[in-house]
Amino acid sequence: MTHLGYLIAGWGIALGVLAAYAASIVRRGRDLARRVPVGRSRWLTSPGEDA
Amino acid sequence: MSRFFADARLVAAKDLRIEARSRVLLNQVAPFALLVLVLFGFALDADQRTLRAFAPGLFWVAVLFCALLAIQRSVSVEQADGALTGLRLSGMSPAALFVGKASAVFVQLVVLEVLLTAGIIVLYGSEVEQPLLVVATGLLAAVAVACTGTLYGALASGLGVRETLLPILLLPVLAPVLIGATRAFDDALGNAAVDGWAWLGLLAVFAVVATAGGALAHGALVDE
Amino acid sequence: MTETMETTDTTGSRGSRLLGVVTLLGLATLLLFAFALTEPDVRLHPTTGQEIGQFDAVRLLYLHVPLAVFTYVAFVLCAVASAGYLVKRTAWFDTMAYAAAEVGTVFCGLVLVTGSIWGRPVWNTWWEWGDVRLMTTLVLFLMFTGYLALRRATVDPRASARRGAVVALVAVLDLPIVNRSVEWWENRTLHQKSTLGELKIQDLTLFTLMLGFLVLGLVLAWLLLHRFRVGWLEREDAGHGVATAIAERRADIDEGDVDAAVGEGA
Repeated sequence: MTHLGYLIAGWGIALGVLAAYAASIVRRGRDLARRVPVGRSRWLTSPGEDA
Repeated sequence: MSRFFADARLVAAKDLRIEARSRVLLNQVAPFALLVLVLFGFALDADQRTLRAFAPGLFWVAVLFCALLAIQRSVSVEQADGALTGLRLSGMSPAALFVGKASAVFVQLVVLEVLLTAGIIVLYGSEVEQPLLVVATGLLAAVAVACTGTLYGALASGLGVRETLLPILLLPVLAPVLIGATRAFDDALGNAAVDGWAWLGLLAVFAVVATAGGALAHGALVDE
Repeated sequence: MTETMETTDTTGSRGSRLLGVVTLLGLATLLLFAFALTEPDVRLHPTTGQEIGQFDAVRLLYLHVPLAVFTYVAFVLCAVASAGYLVKRTAWFDTMAYAAAEVGTVFCGLVLVTGSIWGRPVWNTWWEWGDVRLMTTLVLFLMFTGYLALRRATVDPRASARRGAVVALVAVLDLPIVNRSVEWWENRTLHQKSTLGELKIQDLTLFTLMLGFLVLGLVLAWLLLHRFRVGWLEREDAGHGVATAIAERRADIDEGDVDAAVGEGA
């Protein structure tokens, strides 16, 4: 396979960054979910008011 | 409508009077503009041909740097002593306030551009081949920068990190102005065979959008 | 006045977990197709008969092109949600705009990186100043970096939402002008007019690219969903903190009143 270094770098960086970002979101979400009562985290069903 | 322009003129006159009394523009920003030209000279080459070739780009980068200072100043004037609250309570429309503040920045930018033009003629040996194109480019670009800058100054106002935030917010948005004005100057100063007047069209579109959009968006920001 | 503090420890739901599993399976399938099942891009020069083409570097495009398309999808979504916020002023639009901007910026950064890595073997340069799409994407990336910096620096949530909405709309309105100016600036472009047009199109190549679109779309959806929930919880958490403080204060006053009443009665 030609350009193997480029392929590994390109796919590796992209998948690595996406995985790290996904992990950071999940971690932030877990911390916050422990602090907010279940009734207030129905994000998609509650109509919401001005922030 | 006449009320609108009267209000705008009032705000512009107020800002310009503050500038005239404090002399920040003349004592600090203008010397900075010349300093930037000298620094470009040190950084690039002592050879005037090199500097002359890059003069349009260096000119407009210097204008953008100075514009940042002028806009920071325009914002900080309103933050002292709750001046903005006073203006808001005066019943003046946010759009008139915007036009007024942008006009004051515009006038300052034009003064700086005249100074910098003299600077590149003297220091870099540039020759103005099409004076009309230089003037038109200078005016349109100043409108574009003043309006966008005033809007973004309002966006970053009241934040502790305003000084560092404003450049990264504003400069990418002004990329087309930098490209367009530089290319128009390339033509006007006889540096490259491009159609400077076509670039003027792009600057005009940007200036119109920035003025209208800024006046509209300012309303959403000021009534916080 | 104590709200029962029943909490969970996740932003996941049954739907989002299913989405996550499907996305991971999709990524594995995409890797399989991109690296094992498709052929490298090798063509013969029409006159000399030499082997030309992108060779195996084409395998980067299965990732780069979908990332680029979904970057723009995310930013357009951010602009639409920002406009929605300015009209409706609801937290939903603001949270969506912020989520789309953040995920879009991550995607945008990756587009630039993967594009640069692809460009080195194919264009023989890491960076090409004369390329319109490249420069436009870079300016877009810088504008949304500013957006995120602004949102993080603004403490007042309402100011943050309004200012963010204006910046997002300006960025998206500015984009066509940036694009046009860069196009005139260098009247040439290295990018294939149609990325697909020049490749030796095999059914499998096209299928893999489409699979890339599907999978990266799923990745975007999963990230958006979770980032939206995080944003929503952040807002609720801040609001909840204030509500708790008010409730406690009120409870204090009530007790004081009771004490006073008891004292009077005694």
